[in-house]
Amino acid sequence: MNDGYTNTKHNNLTRREIAESLSNRLGYSQSSCALIVDSFLDNMKQTLLGGETIKLVHFGTFTVRDKAPRKGRNPRTGETITIKKRQTVSFRPSKKLRELINK
Amino acid sequence: MNKSELIEALAQEINIPHREASAITTTIIETMTEALARGESIEIRGFGSFIIKKYNSYEGRNPKTGKKILVKPKKLPFFKVGKDLREKVNANKK
Repeated sequence: MNDGYTNTKHNNLTRREIAESLSNRLGYSQSSCALIVDSFLDNMKQTLLGGETIKLVHFGTFTVRDKAPRKGRNPRTGETITIKKRQTVSFRPSKKLRELINK
Repeated sequence: MNKSELIEALAQEINIPHREASAITTTIIETMTEALARGESIEIRGFGSFIIKKYNSYEGRNPKTGKKILVKPKKLPFFKVGKDLREKVNANKK
């Protein structure tokens, strides 16, 4: 409820469920689906590690973004520290995905 | 990289016809989309997780005109990069 939103966390889709869905819908064996999903995700990871953006139509865009250095605090000691410049992966949902979620 | 390049990479990597790699890629994305549309979260170790945040309605402003408007309740998907990918992305650029 803080910040005006709530997180929903009841059901969780993992690699395993994705592999199961693949197996059910396309008829491959469960074990090959597990390998296929790993390989698919690995490709995405390698692409992002190469600094490349991934654009999936109807889903969204993954980009590697620079985060500027900033001053932070060690929450335990209260000490001021500089958080270095770093990279992160950000995701921007497509219009279609946002619409589907709000349907 | 776009979807068709991702399909091509998958086809080559596991040595399957392009048509099959295409069906696989579409099914994976569909499965993820459907889960999010049901309000579920996705958690892929090493890659990242998606959660749906629900926003209550609030009073916002049109940034162009400054006019007050009531923003309806909405849900938005958020992605949080996984530990492994985050660490590798950073190690890469040093």
